Amino acid sequence: MKIFLKFTFLFVIISSLILSRANAAGEQQELLKVDWSFKSFFGKFDRASLQRGYQVYTEVCASCHSLKHLSYRNLAEKGGPEFTELEAKAIASNFEVTDGPNSDGEMFERPAKLSDKFVMPYANVQEAIAANGGAYPPDMSVLVKARGGGANYIYSVLMGYDEPPAGMELDDGVYYNKYMYGNKIKMASPLDDDIVEYSDGTKATVDQMAKDVTTFLQWTAEPHLEARHKLGFRVIIYLSVLTILVYFSMKKIWSRIETKV
Amino acid sequence: MSDHEYTPKSKVGKWFNDRLPLLTLANHLTDYPTPKNLNYWWTFGGILTFCLITQIITGIVLGMHYVAHADLAFQSVEHIMRDVNYGWLIRYVHANGASMFFLAVYIHIFRSLYYGSYKSPREVIWIIGMLIYFLMMATAFMGYVLPWGQMSFWGATVITNLFSAIPLVGESITNWLWGGYSVDNPTLTRFFSLHYLFPFLILGLVVLHIWALHVPGNNNPIGIDIKKPSKDTVPFHPYIVIKDAFALLIFLLIFAFFVFFSPNILGHADNYIEANPLVTPAHIVPEWYLLPFYAILRSVPDKLLGVIAMFAAIFVLVILPWLDTSKVRSTVFRPIYKQFYWFLVADVLILGYVGAMPAEGLYLLIARVATAYYFAHFLIILPFLGMKEKTTPLPLSITEPVLGGSTDMAMARNNSDFKDKL
Repeated sequence: MKIFLKFTFLFVIISSLILSRANAAGEQQELLKVDWSFKSFFGKFDRASLQRGYQVYTEVCASCHSLKHLSYRNLAEKGGPEFTELEAKAIASNFEVTDGPNSDGEMFERPAKLSDKFVMPYANVQEAIAANGGAYPPDMSVLVKARGGGANYIYSVLMGYDEPPAGMELDDGVYYNKYMYGNKIKMASPLDDDIVEYSDGTKATVDQMAKDVTTFLQWTAEPHLEARHKLGFRVIIYLSVLTILVYFSMKKIWSRIETKV
Repeated sequence: MSDHEYTPKSKVGKWFNDRLPLLTLANHLTDYPTPKNLNYWWTFGGILTFCLITQIITGIVLGMHYVAHADLAFQSVEHIMRDVNYGWLIRYVHANGASMFFLAVYIHIFRSLYYGSYKSPREVIWIIGMLIYFLMMATAFMGYVLPWGQMSFWGATVITNLFSAIPLVGESITNWLWGGYSVDNPTLTRFFSLHYLFPFLILGLVVLHIWALHVPGNNNPIGIDIKKPSKDTVPFHPYIVIKDAFALLIFLLIFAFFVFFSPNILGHADNYIEANPLVTPAHIVPEWYLLPFYAILRSVPDKLLGVIAMFAAIFVLVILPWLDTSKVRSTVFRPIYKQFYWFLVADVLILGYVGAMPAEGLYLLIARVATAYYFAHFLIILPFLGMKEKTTPLPLSITEPVLGGSTDMAMARNNSDFKDKL
């Protein structure tokens, strides 16, 4: 039994360190909490929500925010939105990419293929900044992992647009957001009710779209999340069984001498 | 060392062993007489060896896919996470493995502090251990730079800038480290090169660490010298091997929990933002295992003195065998030291906590008090305590927990139940 006490002590040390980390990132408004389907030990993505989230991304976010680490093939891969290969091909062919040089040494335009990376809205960072009033719309590939609070933070910012409190002066092109660091954001509220039309009949409320697109961005940041949870569960089971077997072997071996282990 | 000469049974074995005594070495390692009262805190040596091997293997695989270039590093890490088969697993094991490695090494060091394992005749084991610890910190720091995220870049900037505090040559040294006039591509490539090299230096030192250990043999929870082999010892195999395996499995369960269910909780979110020399993060924080030293660095107002204090914090550990004047090894028989030991543990945890906080106001004050106490513990308390402290009587052997030289039988009886306390 004593060993369990000792490992409890270890856990206290670890968690105190983690807490100190969390506090360092804190000192702002408490985030909205959502009971995400991907959070728990067996957490998986809601497939329909991922597909809707992709739609919100393409129709709303993609005009400013890139997803430069993703390829169109990812959309058809297991553990993601799982569009069929035909659907993913059709999605890709909506975009034009520059390829080449061809045999004449010329660059040329062609429709995107599954193997192509997501087409970026701007040619470079400078162009993105110039087009957005001096603020760079961050690449969204790993955005969820790049913000303390993760998915809850992204959801909260999307839901956090409000009238500024009395006395707060905002410049042109700057908006008030309850959850944004410093409460000022250069992105206007991107979502309005029914700004997209979901093909599966789900009502496109701001809350629904915010949840869907956040789920989608969690997937873009962690495309192997489902595989990780699945493998993790197996590893824990395997290790637990092995630990028990080794424990009894140890007891048996040490029973040859008087000393307890 | 076992007292009998080992001769392989087979002819081939004997022929080979006469030319290269590998079988003698293997026999020594399996027969190695180990105190039988070692508790679970002694299993961390094996756990640490496992951690090192894991880091080296996962690191070599990562090195096959990683691109050490300022424009491509971040992207190549994402390539590993997305497109390399089980790349996410290898990288998460490597990243969390570093934290688990440090968790284990801190337990290992504090075990040594508690049971006086650094004392004569084990000073050289201890000093090699401290060298390993120092190289581990350097390796981990450079490894954290490689993903080329915001914390990578700014952490590297802060730490390399420390060297500019050295009078006269500081700036030249910093430029030399950078390979330029700021942290940039040359810095990244040399960090990658050294990050690949250092683990093998550590591996070599680990061999020396174990060799040096096998000369006097293990210390033990009651810290007395024991006859080897004797009733007080068991052969390393199978007794210690199976016990280490059990402890390692418990450790792996915790490790797996982090890797599979909370892989990013020990890292900083900002490191998923690509390095940008034009944007400074709100708080620049090193990884958790460096926080106590970071707190010491920042608690001194003068930059040069702060750097000196930080390195001195490690150096006092190196000379610890000569700072602690007590002849009694185990804290079990040192009632006053026992309290100071736990004060030190609390002090280091507090330093770690304030290291993660902004260096201002109350946090700065706490950091200063804790820093002062840290040095006081090693430079004032330990030398004097060793001379003044009245230790409780030591048993003669592990199996015969009776007093040596004392006629006070009541104390002997009280003491005889120490086995349960360990």
